[in-house]
This record gives sequence, structure tokens and C-alpha cells, in this order.
Amino acid sequence: MKILKQMMLIGLVTFAGEVCGVLLPLPVPASVYGMLILFLCLYTDVIKLSQIEDAADFLVSVMPVMFVAPCVSLMDSIGGVRGSILFIVLICLLTTVTTISVTGVVAQFVIRRGKMKTGDSRKDKEQEEEVVA
Amino acid sequence: MSLLGIGLNGMSLNGINLNEISLDGMGLSGMNLDDMLSESLFFGFALSLLTYWLGTVIQQKVKHPLCNPLLLSMFFCILFLKLTDVTYDTFNYGGKYINYLLTPATVCLAVPLYRQFQVLKDNLAAVLLSVLAGALSCILVVLGMAAVTQLDRTLTVSLMPKSITTAIAMGLSGEVGGMPSITVMAVIMTGLFGNMIAQVLFRFLHIEEPVAQGLACGTGAHAIGTARAMEMGEIQGAMSSLSVVVAGIITVAAVPVFLPVLDFIF
Repeated sequence: MKILKQMMLIGLVTFAGEVCGVLLPLPVPASVYGMLILFLCLYTDVIKLSQIEDAADFLVSVMPVMFVAPCVSLMDSIGGVRGSILFIVLICLLTTVTTISVTGVVAQFVIRRGKMKTGDSRKDKEQEEEVVA
Repeated sequence: MSLLGIGLNGMSLNGINLNEISLDGMGLSGMNLDDMLSESLFFGFALSLLTYWLGTVIQQKVKHPLCNPLLLSMFFCILFLKLTDVTYDTFNYGGKYINYLLTPATVCLAVPLYRQFQVLKDNLAAVLLSVLAGALSCILVVLGMAAVTQLDRTLTVSLMPKSITTAIAMGLSGEVGGMPSITVMAVIMTGLFGNMIAQVLFRFLHIEEPVAQGLACGTGAHAIGTARAMEMGEIQGAMSSLSVVVAGIITVAAVPVFLPVLDFIF
């Protein structure tokens, strides 16, 4: 019964996301609207975490299997671009490596710099307190 | 049971037609496996799950980055389909029901995001800067390679949205004059590559902060990357799903800006 209620909530939010997708003129998929709606509901306590997390965690955990079919579809679509296929593969590989690397390095840099600053400001505070003392 | 019309050259299995063999033996000649399975709602469903499970088992035994369950399951499925002459449409007849669950599953990514919201707030600058950098670098590399190799304009435009989630990518591709089918293919390949190589890259570049790892997965390989990020940890998963959305928004805004550059190149 509990799982059913959770699935119902997920279904409702997903539907709300679909409605947004139809009404709003942005190229955003229903799932993203739904994700934002669910987040807002959780944030404002309209939906409590306990009311949804079991089913939600389950769905998220089986997400990888849902990508098998699209991946298998490559077997048909590769034929359509015979000539350029090597190039497309190369570009995908190169850009993926680049994007992951750039994003990761920049993020880590900003995070660590932030940590250093917090560390520095703590040191400054300690030094001030010593001077005062 | 004889294997009619088959040349077993050394180790190769040219010409085995499994469906004709077994069905002739059962007195059902004239009908092939594809016909029989084309009405099945669960063939694709079961095969996807079976091959994915096999993939995870193999991954646990052979800890090599190429032993990615998604990649392995794709190979097994394609192998099976090719050997038995079953078409992708038959496979996907039931497969689309698994795909149906992808929408609510994506919606449920809000849960880890909510659980990690404090982490997000603490790292807002990192999120915005890194995703912006990543999304732009992707567009620039595509443009750069296209310029260097004198690539076809339509193809280039189709490839520019490749790092973002399929639905947005297809829409964007259509709007700027690309071919959505090629874009979808590039998106899937990107996701697959990212899923496979993310952790190797992290080790190589010493990217250790969970937030950074998550952001990189999502920006580089969208939802398939997020699946990998979730396996690495909840922080990574949450940051990854967030970055998919942010990267999508940034790319949608940035691609039209880069179109004049394209015209300049070609």
C-alpha cells in the first residue's frame, strides 16, 4: 500500500511535468519539468521525503537498464551514416573526454579554492584573537 | 539436427541461421523467429534485463573500465538480434515500456537532489562555472574539429547538442537545421563513452571531490553519465542530475550564438 501511494505521487508529478511541457514554449522535456516540480514540492514540504523516497530510489536504481534499448538502436542507425561514422565516433569520444575533464577540473579548482579561503579566514580570526588577547 | 548450409570456417560461425534450424525441427517452417517475437511485449524487456545483469556479473569479475554493463548488454543484445535475424523494432516493441519508465525515473532524481541540497548551496559557484566551462568546451571542440576537417555543415550542427539530454538535444537540433536522428546517435554515443571512461579520467586527473565528479558526469554524459554518477555516490548522482539540467539550458542558449561562427567557417 505504501509503495502504491508513492508511485501515485510520482505519477501525479510526472503528469504535471507533461502538462508543463505542453503549456510552456521552452524546449524542455516533461521529465525535467517534473523533476523541478518534485524538488519544489519536497523543498516546501508539500510532499515529505518519506512519502516518496522508497519508490523514487528504486526507479533511480534501475535507470541504467532503461538505456539499453536506445543503445541497441545504434545498430540500425549506424548504417545510415556509413561514411561519417568514424568521424562521429571520434568527435563523441574527444568532446566527451574534453567536457568531463574541463568540468571536473574547473569544479575541483573552485571548490578547493573555496576551502582554502575558509581555512585562511579561520586563521585570520585566530590571529586576531591572539592579538586581542 | 543438421546445421544446413553453414560454413564453419575455423572458429567463425558464418551463415548460422538459428531460427530456421530450430523452427524447422519443430515443424513450423515458413515462419521465422522475428515474426513469432514481433508480438511479444516482454522479449525486449527480458533480453535487456538479462543482458544487463550478465554485464554487471562480468564487470564484477573483470574489473576493467571497458567492462561496462551498459556496453556489454548492448553488445549481447545486438549479437543476439543479428544471430537470430530479429529486428530492432521487434526488440523495442516491448522495450519502449522500459523506456516509458525513464520519464518518472528522471523526475525521481529530484529526491537525491533534495537530499544533497545543502551541498549544492555550498558549491553554487563551482556548479555554475564548471558546467558553463564544460558545455562551452564541448561546443568549441565540435566547431574546431569541423573547421579543421571541413565537415558538412548539417552534420556539424547535428553534433553540437550532443552532450545534453536526448529530448532537449533533438529539439535543439531540429530548430537549428540539423538532423535529429544523427543528434540522437551522438547523444547516445556520448552517454555511453562518458559512462565508460568517467572514472578513468577522474583517476588520471586526480578529480577527487564528489561534487566535481558528479558535475563532470552530468555535463559530459547527461543522463547515462548520471546513472554512473549515482553508482559512485549520492552526492555525485545529485550533482550530476543537476548539471544535466543546467548544461541543457546553457547549450540551448549558446548554440544559436555560435551559429554565425559556423557560417564564417563554411
